[in-house]
Amino acid sequence: MIGASTRAVLLFLLVVAGAGAARAAQAPLVADLSEHLVAITTGFAGADVLLFGATDAEGDVVVVVRGPSRPTRLHRKGRVLGIWTNTASMNFARAPSFYAVAASRSLEELVGKPELDRHEIGLEHLKLDVPRGIASENVIERWRSAFIRTHEVAQLYQSDVGRVVFLGNRLFRAEFHLPANVPTGSYQVQVFLIRDQRVQSAQTTPLIVSKIGVQAEVFDFAHQRSALYGAIAIVVALFAGWLGNAVFRKA
Amino acid sequence: MQIYLPIAEMSVDVFLLLMLGGGVGFLSGLFGVGGGFLMTPLLIFIGIPPAVAVATEANQIVASSVSGVLAHWRRGNVDFRMGGILTIGGFVGSSLGVLLFSFLRDIGQIDLVIRLSYVFFLGIIGVLMLVESLRAMRRRWVPAGTGRQKLHKHTWVHGLPLKMRFHRSKLYISALLPLAIGFLVGILAAIMGVGGGFIMVPAMIYLLGMPTVVVVGTSLFQIIFVTANVTFLQAYANQTVDIVLALLLLTGAVIGAQLGAKAGAKLHGEQLRGLLALMVLGVCGKLLFDLLAMPAEIYSIGIGHG
Repeated sequence: MIGASTRAVLLFLLVVAGAGAARAAQAPLVADLSEHLVAITTGFAGADVLLFGATDAEGDVVVVVRGPSRPTRLHRKGRVLGIWTNTASMNFARAPSFYAVAASRSLEELVGKPELDRHEIGLEHLKLDVPRGIASENVIERWRSAFIRTHEVAQLYQSDVGRVVFLGNRLFRAEFHLPANVPTGSYQVQVFLIRDQRVQSAQTTPLIVSKIGVQAEVFDFAHQRSALYGAIAIVVALFAGWLGNAVFRKA
Repeated sequence: MQIYLPIAEMSVDVFLLLMLGGGVGFLSGLFGVGGGFLMTPLLIFIGIPPAVAVATEANQIVASSVSGVLAHWRRGNVDFRMGGILTIGGFVGSSLGVLLFSFLRDIGQIDLVIRLSYVFFLGIIGVLMLVESLRAMRRRWVPAGTGRQKLHKHTWVHGLPLKMRFHRSKLYISALLPLAIGFLVGILAAIMGVGGGFIMVPAMIYLLGMPTVVVVGTSLFQIIFVTANVTFLQAYANQTVDIVLALLLLTGAVIGAQLGAKAGAKLHGEQLRGLLALMVLGVCGKLLFDLLAMPAEIYSIGIGHG
């Protein structure tokens, strides 16, 4: 894995160096991923994704990885007759299912709050679609921070800002870890070039996380042809039970 | 070695699952219990979403019940007529149970209901088993005089309409009673991911008055149909049956059950029964503690519908 990525980076560096400054001058920022498809296979236990690129001159780089947005419900427990149970819930109409940031310097040093808010860089600046007008501002804020906290615990949101490493002045790389429970779908990897406290240029690269192989087929089958899946599950169990009994009798 | 479970959408250690299946299978072989009431909470403890644990366990129980019923069938210990009536009740009950399950999941209360049902039933069964095994142990020291018991007691139950004759069980009772029992156990089977043998067996003995020899076979017989119904409906309505998980548990369980049955022939019954009772109470206590203790995080991400 690492060998392949390193080779990819080297190849890319060669291409960038070879293609010359002319192309880089036209595009202030060029970046790509070592792979655009993360395959969830039988042995999947998480994956590392490598991003590399070049800038046309000195500057800082911030990378944001966002999972597909989806409606999500958050529950809150309360005590009822001594038992902790879900007593309240809040629907977030649109929230990224995965979120991680990497930067070449600390975010506060790089840009001001308005820019961070505008581009949703950093968990504190992430826009979560909370229904307005149904609760007071500080109640909403409590739900918002709980939403982020629970996603952090599930490793779906990464609170630690990762590092974008510069190799020389213009070439950079950054690495992301996707945990084993990573949601499937179409991800967006946004790369921002920052100079003089402002976002100068941005580029978005897609990343697909998808189940591949037997599990993908089982999952699709279970969802698309549920009745047949259920029937097969029963037949398999009946056969396994008979087999177990047959083996047991011989033994 | 990790394996990614396609429906549970998480990766779990293969050997952990095989050992879980084997361990619970061993106990079920040893004591002749279904094992679902231990397996489902254990799956929840290792982080399988409760909805997937319950539905997948139903699938696994189909297999273990088939395995068990074949042996009883050969010895002629299955009352098919009674089993059929119980199955009819069980079909209706378990279908209603799956509907209830989907509804509870949508309003975010399924976890609570599953846990509460387990605390309630495991608590009762654990205590009863413990008392029974302590009494049995004491009886070995102080032999008590056994009085003659009546074969049947006449109660209001015998006044119900729709009487049917059950030859194998030597009973002439109203079909409404087994229908009702099948119905109630069916609901529990769907919500708890169990076969329900641990309720069905005492109900058959004490409520229906069936002879002990046909009880286990007949219970297993109807469990096959009820859990098959639950498997189908859960797969169809909620897509929560994880066939990979079921197969792994099953493999362990088949091997474990063989070893358990062999070990059971050599070991002291009462002490083991006491041990199983303590285990059941332990699982019950852990579930109860989780419900009563202040959770580290009172917020949680909803499952299923957003």
